[in-house]
Amino acid sequence: MNYFFQKFGRILVIWLPLGWLLLFFMLPLVEMINVSFSEARRAVPPYIPAFQIGSGGFSFRPVLDNYLLIYEYWEDYLWPAINSIRLAFFSTLYCLLFAYPMAWWIARSNKSIQHILLILVLMPFWTSSLLRMYALIGLLNPNGFINDVLIWAGITVTPIQMMQTDFSIYSGMILTYLPLMILPLYASLVRLDVSIIEAAADLGAKKWDIFRTIVLPLSIPGIVAGSLLVFIPAVGEFVIPALLGGPEQLMLGKVIWTEFFRNRDWPVAAAIAIILIAIIILPIVYARYQDRERIS
Amino acid sequence: MKRSNLFLLIGVIAAAVVIFLNFDSSNIKTSQLSEAGGELKIYNWSDYIAEDTISNFEAETGIIVTYDMYDSNEVLEAKMLAGSSGYDLVVPTADFLARGREAGAYQDMDLSRIQNASNQDPEIQAQADRMVGSNSAGLVYMWGSTGIAYNEDMVTERLGDDAPTDSWSLILDPANAAKLEDCGIAILDAPTDVLPNVMTYLGHPGTSMEKSHFEAAGDALSAIRPYLRYINSSQSINDIANGDICAAIMWSGDAFQAAYRAEEAENGHVIDYYIPNEGTNLWFDVMAIPADAKNVDNAYKFVDYMMRADVAAANVNYVWYASGNEAARPDIDPEILSHPGIYPTEKAKEKLFVTPVYDAQTDRIVTRVWNRFSAGN
Repeated sequence: MNYFFQKFGRILVIWLPLGWLLLFFMLPLVEMINVSFSEARRAVPPYIPAFQIGSGGFSFRPVLDNYLLIYEYWEDYLWPAINSIRLAFFSTLYCLLFAYPMAWWIARSNKSIQHILLILVLMPFWTSSLLRMYALIGLLNPNGFINDVLIWAGITVTPIQMMQTDFSIYSGMILTYLPLMILPLYASLVRLDVSIIEAAADLGAKKWDIFRTIVLPLSIPGIVAGSLLVFIPAVGEFVIPALLGGPEQLMLGKVIWTEFFRNRDWPVAAAIAIILIAIIILPIVYARYQDRERIS
Repeated sequence: MKRSNLFLLIGVIAAAVVIFLNFDSSNIKTSQLSEAGGELKIYNWSDYIAEDTISNFEAETGIIVTYDMYDSNEVLEAKMLAGSSGYDLVVPTADFLARGREAGAYQDMDLSRIQNASNQDPEIQAQADRMVGSNSAGLVYMWGSTGIAYNEDMVTERLGDDAPTDSWSLILDPANAAKLEDCGIAILDAPTDVLPNVMTYLGHPGTSMEKSHFEAAGDALSAIRPYLRYINSSQSINDIANGDICAAIMWSGDAFQAAYRAEEAENGHVIDYYIPNEGTNLWFDVMAIPADAKNVDNAYKFVDYMMRADVAAANVNYVWYASGNEAARPDIDPEILSHPGIYPTEKAKEKLFVTPVYDAQTDRIVTRVWNRFSAGN
């Protein structure tokens, strides 16, 4: 029995998750690339696959039309792309600004309550994100709780328009993604050696200098990891802008939705999604490149 | 046990409990099937059937019904085009059904198998059939119009007693839209239900497929864009009922749901709906059977049941849409039958039109015009 585990245990532990990833992550991705090079038609499914294995054996007939169409109408896609990156960038920045002090505070608090604080951070994940978005709508609406309180307190006369603005989108993004920023920051801050800070303080460094020259540089891996975890889902986000945003906050997620559902053009939708993945991969490649620079 | 491991364990157990609870119910249902009259999987619009229609059918026939709901034609269409949806009966709007049939996603309905099909209003059914391009595609369940819902007091307060509450100009004229901006205007996020109507307002035929007509409609919408609160198909029901918005381009049934909710809440808001005198597009939701349906016989039984006069009337009295069922009329609430917003007058009927089924190229033009307008740039 022991021998069996030694021999097959390692294979199982490595190949089971790898097989899972190959099956449910790589295959859909390959299929999407396949669809993006396919020709649209009115049938079930609504495209002629570029790569097919059927009764006639293999066939491989990729078409570039979908990418050419995006190139031809680039103005229609560029603006939502810029908008997606802008909203995702600032969501990441705001998450970072909120998360950093919180992560620092958790990392510096008594060990016995750290676990409780971390669970509190994760607590929102226990309710459906859709439910949290509707709760937010209830707060931000013109007839919602916040406006009721502001009017009751005499701060404003007419309700402040908070829904369908950048503000409501950022609120939703921060509410959803803040834990993803706090956890990696906490992980890097909790490992930070307090004696270095004490030494700096003993040598007369001011608080701001300690933060700038010691704490911040040592927490960069956490900042990078947290920012990627927030930025990547935020840039392709569909639900939050659909529920909280107005049409001005058109993001790529909605553009893909329109291609898929309104134009019934699955191949073009797939092509945009592939381009979106390319946009997402760029910052990761850049971060890796930065890492390598630093090491060498 | 280390403290951190304890937390991990609690987390895993919590996750396992959640997964278990989610899987549970589906098992119970299948185990009952052997002794019953088989099963039937229906996919219909949300809030689109009386509360006891399904349970009565189950009690009568012993068929176990799975009833799922969608809130847009697009979602249904994507499921149908992907194939193997698992549903036996769905209720697409006629133009979506036409496209779906072209793609081979639906099977013909043999009307001779449906005794109560004779209850159908032949005029309504013929219009839907013309749109779909077949007279064996399915039977019209409900039909309605796109029009304007408005809050009587709020609109009168801003536009006076002679507010054009019989015309598209209430919202589409920038001068009126500017005055209604502060109380809130909303528009359906449904280009094929809005653009043709803007075209009729501008004097073009609503059935036009000309690029220039769509673009003119887009420009007219852009002119009122600054005054719009939002463009959304489901939010306005609640908002107009609560007084958060005061005028909206809406589907007839949604508008009456809002009016009903406002009345229930006794919040003092009176919501009314009208079919503009320039004309509007009609839509028909058709009961149809997907090509790969597994329980076809039960789907026929269900359609036959739905076509019964008493069942059809109960549904109308609940959802406040006009029924395709002629024989149901005597049992329909007189308030619904006499409302010109639900059952249009003969004079209004002359201006009603049916949007043609667009080809792929027109789809792209419509989407493009719509996206430009809704993005406001």
